[in-house]
Amino acid sequence: MEGYITIDGVQTPINGCKNLLEVIRASGIELPTFCYHSELSVYGACRMCIVDIDGRGIQASCSTPPEDGMVVRTHTEQVMRIRRMALELLLANHHGNCQTCGKNTRCKLQDLAQKLGVKNVRFDELNDVLPIDDTNQSLMRDPNKCILCGDCVRMCKEVQGIGVLDFVGRGSDVRVSPAFGKNLKDVECVYCGQCASVCPTGALTIKSQTDQVWKAINDPTKTVIVQVAPAVRAAIAQAYGITGGEHAMGKTVTALRRIGFEKVYDTSFTADLTTVEEATEFLGRVAKGEKLPQFTSCCPAWVKFVEQFYPGYLSNLSSCKSPQQMFGSLAKQYFADNESVERESLYVVSVMPCTAKKFEADRPEFAVEGDPDVNAVISTQELISMIDEAGIRVADLPPESMDLPFGFKTGAGIIFGTSGGVAEAVLRLAAAAEKPTSKTAPIEFREVRGLEGLKEASVTLGDKTIRLAVLSGLANAREVLERIQSGEAEYDIVEVMACRGGCIGGGGQPLPNDMQAREERKRTLYDCDAILPLHNAADNPYIKECYEKLLQKPNSAIAHKLLHTGYRSRRRIQGEDLELTEEQTGPKTPVSVCIGTNCYLRGSYDTLRRLIDKARESGLAGKIDFRATFCFEKCKASPNVQVGETIYGGITPDKIDEFFENTIKPAAQGAVKAETLEV
Amino acid sequence: MAQSAVLPEKGSKARRHFSRIQQIIEEYGATESALIPILQKVQDEYRYLPEEILTFVATALDLPPATVYGVATFYAQFSLEPKGKHIIKCCDGTACHVRKNQTIINAINQRLGLAPDKKTTDDHRFTFEIVSCIGACALAPAVVIDGHVYGQTTAQAMVEAIDKIEEADKAEDAQ
Repeated sequence: MEGYITIDGVQTPINGCKNLLEVIRASGIELPTFCYHSELSVYGACRMCIVDIDGRGIQASCSTPPEDGMVVRTHTEQVMRIRRMALELLLANHHGNCQTCGKNTRCKLQDLAQKLGVKNVRFDELNDVLPIDDTNQSLMRDPNKCILCGDCVRMCKEVQGIGVLDFVGRGSDVRVSPAFGKNLKDVECVYCGQCASVCPTGALTIKSQTDQVWKAINDPTKTVIVQVAPAVRAAIAQAYGITGGEHAMGKTVTALRRIGFEKVYDTSFTADLTTVEEATEFLGRVAKGEKLPQFTSCCPAWVKFVEQFYPGYLSNLSSCKSPQQMFGSLAKQYFADNESVERESLYVVSVMPCTAKKFEADRPEFAVEGDPDVNAVISTQELISMIDEAGIRVADLPPESMDLPFGFKTGAGIIFGTSGGVAEAVLRLAAAAEKPTSKTAPIEFREVRGLEGLKEASVTLGDKTIRLAVLSGLANAREVLERIQSGEAEYDIVEVMACRGGCIGGGGQPLPNDMQAREERKRTLYDCDAILPLHNAADNPYIKECYEKLLQKPNSAIAHKLLHTGYRSRRRIQGEDLELTEEQTGPKTPVSVCIGTNCYLRGSYDTLRRLIDKARESGLAGKIDFRATFCFEKCKASPNVQVGETIYGGITPDKIDEFFENTIKPAAQGAVKAETLEV
Repeated sequence: MAQSAVLPEKGSKARRHFSRIQQIIEEYGATESALIPILQKVQDEYRYLPEEILTFVATALDLPPATVYGVATFYAQFSLEPKGKHIIKCCDGTACHVRKNQTIINAINQRLGLAPDKKTTDDHRFTFEIVSCIGACALAPAVVIDGHVYGQTTAQAMVEAIDKIEEADKAEDAQ
């Protein structure tokens, strides 16, 4: 749309803006909003962006298309009164214990109440106190602070393609909630934290682990070390107004030492290690003709997403642990071998841009005899709060360098923090292996860079062409997986980061965490890469040393033990089974048929129906307790049937006769015999 | 529906109806737009929407369970609690309201031992709901019992109607 709009008497060009709100904002007026985000669909619920349009009256500008010749006033007395009233009503329903709230001073509701001059709330609180959900490692949900803007609902559904949260109920009883009012840990949440990034209030916040970290730091029996993820430096630079990511990192290193960490390391080091391991794994897959594409596995939200929604693709996930977990297991080994610090005495802290990393560190496979490889994970936001709590003035500090060996990285490790970075790091290594060039001149693959959620590229290296997809935002990942599944698309490497733009926009990053902030952080990381002397992970001298002293060679047995992992299918929602048989006395053989998505799609409903029919025909109906269940977490072998304690896979409807005769019948008759004996 | 009046407690699962669910889904097609008619039919089977069945419907329709739960909680016609065999709906639209339906509401609540926060009798025989305008204003005050409209009704007429239904039910149970 072209043309002009008169905004408060000033002629303003439309310039292709898609709604009136954007035209007004471009003209220099920051209209307030809660529910408007340029990357989400327009909802028009909060009424903060109302304006007076000549001939139309009061309208929400976010949901009004701009038209040539419109005359708009943004702050008439009436507009301001309505806006203030809407805000006052929101405040009446909001548990405003601001001083102790996780979003204090960064809360949009607080900010707008102050800006719009709401000095008094004339209404009493109406709603009862609803329970707070703090049962998972990553996120806290306090429905009492929710203003029903729906930002989290649309973020999870539209950008992440999951839909964990939705509106529940109607009228004054509406709330935002996971299915059946369950806690986040009992539903399909992948803990990416993007909901908390857009939440304008303290209804969704990061679950803090700073108290545990302070406790460890003040415990004389612990050696406390810290790793800092690549994307953190870009956000710290922004938050403290420091120019340059490496400069900001240097000051952060000083701050971390002042806080009390004994050693400060860079997760970019293990990102380099990941590149070497993952590239070797990829070349191995190609050589052995194994399953392609290879999916990256650095992003814990993406890994959980595959485990829940695409269990058929688990073997496509690279077996490499994420850089965070590689660091944990390597550090615990290194300190035991070289510094005489035993596992239990070493306390490994991660500073991550991510909330899902908290969940990842807590996965049972990343612990040795109950001692986790990574003891605590704090987000960038939590690091800032620790720095502020200690009263450290980061910007005034002199910079310091990280500790060796795990503080040394190449530019390839740094760009892991942004979408396209992992793919580019692998390509650089492969390109250098193909044709050794000068180490100082970076080999760049600009086609995989940028914040777009879906990038595709074909790169020719020697006689091979590698087809890549670089994805961010899990809705994009879902779309591409569906295309791969249907045979429409074929790739060799698929890089996925759950958050739009990659880790720079992770759910643990400071607010604002919008696309503009992410763009700036992306540039910071590429600048860091540019000024480092090395750009290929394989050139990192300490990585080489690591292989010489400990790991032998990429993908060796010891490397597999320390740096690789496995995946499992994962149930999406917790709940009870459906009991399908009438109550009858006497012992019965339990037979459960899975009707979760994977089994359902492979005909488990018919399996169930025919098993019940068979039981009836053979007169054993009273001896079998049939149940329908949701997911045994063995989706690969679907459809699954459990008889007694044993789970049998691949029970498609055509195998029912055989399965019933050979497995269920003897089990049920066994139960009959037991009953006779008892009598 | 030839069912005994007493339903299993919530939590223990309704049983033989499950075989119908897939039939219902196939009848309407496993698409998002068929969600509401599917839920209506499912509720006809169970008299309410059990959580596990909603999860199954979400699976079959490839929708997030939260979306299905959101729809099921939005419409007053859906219940996530087991309902009684007989549904009594008292209209509380303007016309019925000004014609003093409150005495009728009080009488029904008293007869059934119910209250605004207790809508179903312990034996799951009756559920009593207060609903918005049913569009029978000319007959105000109006009450609907199992789909049958009682127009210009009174407290006494309602108590008698309930007595009659209960007697017939008990006679049926005794057989």
